[in-house]
This record gives sequence, structure tokens and C-alpha cells, in this order.
Amino acid sequence: MEYVINTVLLALLAVTAGAIVHLRNLFAAVMLVGIYSLLTAALFVILDAVDVAFTEAAVGAGISTILMLAALALTGREQTAATGPSAVGLAVVLATGAALVWGTLDMPHFGDPNAPAHVHVAPRYLEGTLTEIGIPNAVTSVLASYRGYDTLGEVFVIFTAGIGALALLGGRRES
Amino acid sequence: MTAFGTGIAGVGALAVLAAMGLAMFRALRGPTVYDRILAVNHFGTLTVLLIAAAGFLSGRPEFLDIALVYCLISFIGTVAVLKFFEYGDLGHAGSDERPPAAGTGS
Repeated sequence: MEYVINTVLLALLAVTAGAIVHLRNLFAAVMLVGIYSLLTAALFVILDAVDVAFTEAAVGAGISTILMLAALALTGREQTAATGPSAVGLAVVLATGAALVWGTLDMPHFGDPNAPAHVHVAPRYLEGTLTEIGIPNAVTSVLASYRGYDTLGEVFVIFTAGIGALALLGGRRES
Repeated sequence: MTAFGTGIAGVGALAVLAAMGLAMFRALRGPTVYDRILAVNHFGTLTVLLIAAAGFLSGRPEFLDIALVYCLISFIGTVAVLKFFEYGDLGHAGSDERPPAAGTGS
């Protein structure tokens, strides 16, 4: 059953991504990006990563959509047509894609229990999460506790980016 | 959970996936922006339902809390989109009078 749900969700993701690239109407593209984000969030929930799914739904479907709509309010709603297909561009894209696919051939298969990521610290996290952290969801305890400094660093980065954007835009001072 | 209950949740999940396909069709074809807005809102609702059905399928109905928060996010997102479309920007305080219509339905 989970297999069916995953397959349908991933197929819908592919359809959405293709449509976003294809559409000229930017408002429709923004709406589709929202759908893409909701689909990703549903996939994350099915993978048991509920915190990641929360972040994806709040940031991807909520804030990003609003930010892009605000950008659309300042610019136009239609995308100007590209200058036509370019053979060089197609060749570069195909070559890059082939190189990336070739690069993944050496990697362990998806879900391989003997992959390095699954034999190093993951078993200890899975065994110790209830006694050491007390959080039943393993993804949450890794994100918030075992790798808490990592998450704290991400917060610093986002905070700094926000301060930088505010300094660039300049807040209005009204007395 | 009984086998019957699991079966019901499975059928429900399949129905939600089929409805997602229909909503996706509407979002792709349009033709007006309101069709697309409605499709996205509908998609949010369907995501909530899918999470709920998947939670019962995997025997962990506590996922319902997450589904509830998704409801809130989806609602706020739709309100923001509609406000943008009515007033042309998000900082507008709103008014009782109807502003000049901004949307022509592209």
C-alpha cells in the first residue's frame, strides 16, 4: 500500500515539475510550486520525517508562495519567450545529466542496509533514542538532539541572511 | 486496528490519490486563475486527508495532529493568495469597499 502511495506521489511530483518548466503564466507556475511543496511534504510524512515535513509545508507551501507572489506583484505575470531552442544548451544539459547519473552508479542502492550511512552511527541513534533522548521519532531526535549543533548552525545562517537582507533593503523610519 | 478498518483506510487513501490527480488536472489546465487557486486549496485539503489515511494505515493515528496543522497552513496560504489577487499586494490593510477589480483571469 505504501508502495502505491509513494509511486503515485512521485509520479504527480514529476508531472508538476514538468508543468512548472513548461508554463508561461508565472502565476500558475507559483500555484504549481505550492502543489509541489505539498506533495513533498506528504512524501516526508510517509517517510516518518514529520519535522522535515512541517518545515517543508510551512516554508515551501506557505512562505515561499507568498514571497513569490510578492515578487510577481512587482514584476509581470507572463514570462517572455526564450530565444528558441539551442542545440548547444541541449548538449550541455544532456552531458551534465549523463555525468550526474554516471556519478550515482558508484553509490549504494536506495535503502541498502549495508550502505555506509546505515552502519556507522545510525544503529546507535535508533537504539538509544528512547533511553537517551526520550523522543519516540528517530528523525526528530537526530535533528533536534544528536545533531543539534548542526541545526543551530542552520538557524545562525538563516538569521544572518535575514539581517543581511534587512540591511540591504533598509527599514523605513517613520517618526 | 481491525483488518476492515485498514481496508477502509486503504480504499480512502486510493480515492484521495485519484482526487489528487483530478485536482492536478485542474491546476494544469486552468483556464482562469481561480481554477488554479481552488486546485491548490483542494490539494492542501487532500494532503491533510492523505496524511490521516496513511497514519491509520501504518497504525499510528497520532499523525492526525500533523494533519490538523496542515489544515491551518493551507488556509493561511489560500487567504494570502486571495488577498494578493484582490488588492495586488500583501501589505494592503483591506477595506469594506470593493477596490477596482485587479484580476482579469489570465
